[in-house]
Amino acid sequence: MNAEKNIKLWSTLGMRATFGLIALELAKKNPELIITTSDVSTSAGLDRFKKQHPDQYIDVGIAEQNLIGVSAGLSSEGFKVISTTFSPFQTLRCCEQIKVNLGYMKHKVCMVGLASGLVLGNLGFTHCSIEDIGSLRSIPNITIIVPSDPYELFKVLSEAINYRESVYIRLTAGSNSKIINKKDYDFKIGKAVEILPGKDVAIIGCGNILSNCLDAAKILKQKNIDCSVINMHTIKPIDNEKIKNISKDYSLALTVEEHNIIGGLGSSVSEIFSDQGSNCKLIRIGAEDFYSTGGSYDYLKNIYGLSTEKIVEKILSNFKQNEK
Amino acid sequence: MKIVKLKNFAKQVRKNIIYTAYKAGAKSAHIGGALSIADLVAVLYSDIIKIKKSNKIDENRDRFILSKGHACLALYSALVEKKLLKKKDLETFESDGSKLLGHPIINKIDGIEFSTGSLGMGLSLGVGVALAAKKKKKNYKVFVIIGDGECNEGSIWETILSASHFKLDNMTIIVDRNNYQQTGKNSDIMDLKNLKSKFASFGCDTFEINGHDLKKIYSVLSKKNTKKKPKVIVANTIKGKGFKLFENNNNWHHSVITKSIYKEILREI
Repeated sequence: MNAEKNIKLWSTLGMRATFGLIALELAKKNPELIITTSDVSTSAGLDRFKKQHPDQYIDVGIAEQNLIGVSAGLSSEGFKVISTTFSPFQTLRCCEQIKVNLGYMKHKVCMVGLASGLVLGNLGFTHCSIEDIGSLRSIPNITIIVPSDPYELFKVLSEAINYRESVYIRLTAGSNSKIINKKDYDFKIGKAVEILPGKDVAIIGCGNILSNCLDAAKILKQKNIDCSVINMHTIKPIDNEKIKNISKDYSLALTVEEHNIIGGLGSSVSEIFSDQGSNCKLIRIGAEDFYSTGGSYDYLKNIYGLSTEKIVEKILSNFKQNEK
Repeated sequence: MKIVKLKNFAKQVRKNIIYTAYKAGAKSAHIGGALSIADLVAVLYSDIIKIKKSNKIDENRDRFILSKGHACLALYSALVEKKLLKKKDLETFESDGSKLLGHPIINKIDGIEFSTGSLGMGLSLGVGVALAAKKKKKNYKVFVIIGDGECNEGSIWETILSASHFKLDNMTIIVDRNNYQQTGKNSDIMDLKNLKSKFASFGCDTFEINGHDLKKIYSVLSKKNTKKKPKVIVANTIKGKGFKLFENNNNWHHSVITKSIYKEILREI
């Protein structure tokens, strides 16, 4: 499959629909693949998969605790299992099942959390997901990945189903998502990608919000502030080396995430900064531990300081305080 | 089936349970719930479940899952009789770094399929394993023991819906109906009412038996499943069964067997 050819199409479709298309490809090469869902075939772009591979598709109904139990049982018998449902239900609803079955017992399941972050803001915070990374990050033996765009999702899934432990894949943004990766690149779980080099400020992001980070960097460039943008797609195990280098090489760094600033990317990076004993100032942008009034994706991004303009403002007001 | 053999097996399981609990000393052990399933486990391991000691994991073995993991003394005791565990392993129960803790830890070579102990989870794993057998066209069977108190967990009912929906006739679920849970009677804490009719209404092939009648247990377990439904056996049991001091006395849900108590109860076997 020439994945690079599909970059435009996939970004139009968004990560969820792309997931369904990639699943069809994976099934061709992996007869032992089984996809388990909780009544979300349409939402996950899996209708074709369901029709074409009925024996590799199991719907347990709206019962996420059982989703993880059944997935772990299948995994223990040698199947490669991808489970999927909307992010809050894929993570928090069955958190203890994930702990015991995937963390403690180490059964391998690739969990795909649909529409995480803020994209479902119109539906309210039952359907937004700003706690998923924080909850799962405290469970040993679970890798956490936030693909930046549908093309990266393709790379993530191909690696994750053969990975040494369970992986939580967190999908952000909707259809017509932004293209972050315009051409092929090396993807490795746990290895950050510098998507824009720059020497003044390091912007570390994950998920499709990186498009706002890139836009902010463009605006700041015109104001003579040179920002680097780093795609920290793997939150756990995080790229220690890259973060240590950032803490040494920059005087200002920011983390940008569609997640609570407690427990997610920002926390992960600040833990390493703290271990390192860094002079680099770190600012965490994200939901500042409150549930906002609901609304559109852009509305919520703005409230949580994640819009391009808000990121620019934050850097302008903080960079001034630092010597260039 | 030879009733003498079953009786002996059950006797040994009970002996092992109280021996291990006694050896655990002040660390204490879940005694009542292990003794209530002793006869069920004895019949399963004596005559029903196909599993034997081996250095390799046999893909065709039957799978047994103790969803009510706190009753692990019954499982360990049966595994000793099947030679999958050694009697001296029992003496390490709940000691530092032991493979035999107060709840089972996954160890397929020793015959422990999954780590259980958090209630309401083992049954769901069983559905996954039973589905896997269908997909792999394997004939192994899946046996799961759940507790009646465990049926308070919503996840049990999510799982029963799916076992029935997927027509898992390779699955047998035994409910240890001993009428007690940690802090009292089911009827006082969360009344389960008629469990048999509940499971029947979820679409299972349902039986209710005396869970200490070895012949009955054998006959219902060995009955061929022809209905394309999971089999559910509500086994009416007595918590602490086999020892007058423990029977229907919930103080022995989790407790310490002292030397004098051990000497006294040993006479009852």
